[in-house]
Amino acid sequence: MCGIVGLFLKDTALEPQLGDMLTDMLITMTDRGPDSAGIAIYGDETTGNAKLTVQSNTPETSFDKLDNDLRKRIKGKVSMSVKDTHAVLSLQADQVAIARDVLAEIRPDVRIMSHGSTLEIYKEVGLPKDVADRFDIRQMSGTHGIGHTRMATESAVTTMGAHPFNTGIDQCLVHNGSLSNHNSLRRKLRRLGVHIATENDTEVGAAYLTWKMQTGSTLGEALTSSLDDLDGFFTFVVGTKDGFGVVRDPIACKPAVMAETDQYVAFGSEYRALVNLPGIEGAKVWEPEPATVYFWSHNAAPTAQEKAA
Amino acid sequence: MQTFDLEAQGLRALNSTLHAQADTTNQTQWKIVNPKGSHAIAVGLDAPIEVNIKGSTGYYCAGMNKQATVHVHGSVGPGTAENMMSGMVVVEGDASQYAGATGHGGTLIIKGNASSRCGISMKGIDIIVHGNIGHMSAFMAQSGNLVVCGDAGEALGDSLYEAKLFVRGSVKSLGADCIEKEMRPEHVTLLEELLERGGCNAKASEFKRYGSARQLYNFNIDNAY
Repeated sequence: MCGIVGLFLKDTALEPQLGDMLTDMLITMTDRGPDSAGIAIYGDETTGNAKLTVQSNTPETSFDKLDNDLRKRIKGKVSMSVKDTHAVLSLQADQVAIARDVLAEIRPDVRIMSHGSTLEIYKEVGLPKDVADRFDIRQMSGTHGIGHTRMATESAVTTMGAHPFNTGIDQCLVHNGSLSNHNSLRRKLRRLGVHIATENDTEVGAAYLTWKMQTGSTLGEALTSSLDDLDGFFTFVVGTKDGFGVVRDPIACKPAVMAETDQYVAFGSEYRALVNLPGIEGAKVWEPEPATVYFWSHNAAPTAQEKAA
Repeated sequence: MQTFDLEAQGLRALNSTLHAQADTTNQTQWKIVNPKGSHAIAVGLDAPIEVNIKGSTGYYCAGMNKQATVHVHGSVGPGTAENMMSGMVVVEGDASQYAGATGHGGTLIIKGNASSRCGISMKGIDIIVHGNIGHMSAFMAQSGNLVVCGDAGEALGDSLYEAKLFVRGSVKSLGADCIEKEMRPEHVTLLEELLERGGCNAKASEFKRYGSARQLYNFNIDNAY
């Protein structure tokens, strides 16, 4: 079991409350996944800038003067804001690749959680309430976000096994279910040069989507081909810079409920997660169909197959 | 009318109060407010009482019901009226997966759509759906009746035993050993009674009947891999 929540705001007046609303939804899903939790928030964008959200188990030493050390090496602007075990590094978008190399050299224990212009990912082991508190998620504003509560079945309970997973710039994936062909797919992807760090099944799913997109697929096409190439049970929610997408495997035994009003589109593993959203009594509530890719985007009305995600 | 605020009073208090109602109770009308998608509301009832739930419910609402009428004024989560023995469960909205699974008796009426696996392994329950049903519905259904006024999803009635399936709209595909069957006068009579019980605005003549081809009942070496 696992719990997924997602909230995509249409009404910009709600943006300051995004973190607060998502946190409530996440905590409601605690009994679907009490061992770890994570949240992906799409917040402010600064033109030309990129954000790397990084994590360390020893933040006091790893994050000490990290911005200075990085700035000296890449010879560009770097700013850092530390939140508990995570830190968000803001830097020029064209210096991300070199910054990654330098980070691996000067702080080998620091792990990159996400890369994007608006995306930040925070995830840790622990009760969803405690994880949300550590990163002060309630205070965060944004346009949309995805949360996950984990009950591990396929691999160890670790920070790197928690969701969401970053699949590409400003893209992330959360998963409820279990993939049964992740070992063979991991071997195949590694032979193709794809880096996969852990024995976690969802990381393989995320790496698969990343690889498909790097070899020419759109996110919509990558999700559609996942229906053929991934074995097992899954409800996936993917975050993109403009919105989010949902796909369920053809058997669709992992639950999913959607709600839509003039103000938002919301996703929950259960209706329970949605009950305190404003205007839920009058919302359109439904279950996404199996083996169907859905997208909601700030750029367009809902489409079954978004081509330019 | 007894009113119970689920959010304030809690699930265990609700279900133990409802379980305490004997055959002879005078408190036959119950209203539950603030269900908020909670699990296991009004499960295991065994008294001739009517429970009105004002809102949507989560997993396993009205499971194992006997005698009682449970009326949900909202939508229901997975496993609603699972293993019902008798009585009636009415859902004004939609039902999530495996509604009425393994039900032995009673009537489940869903006024919206039902999701996948509706009536899986049903054993005598009557399920009447005003809208559509999802894939793998009535899988291994043994007895009872499933009436669908809308359309049915993939693999309807896979590995079916003797349940009778009536569908007015399209069937995306039939499961293994499920076939369309002739509507004889006794089936029309049965369906008319079910449509009336379900409050459906539909004519029996608009439906097709599906049932078991009975080819999977005994071991057949040609079916082995």
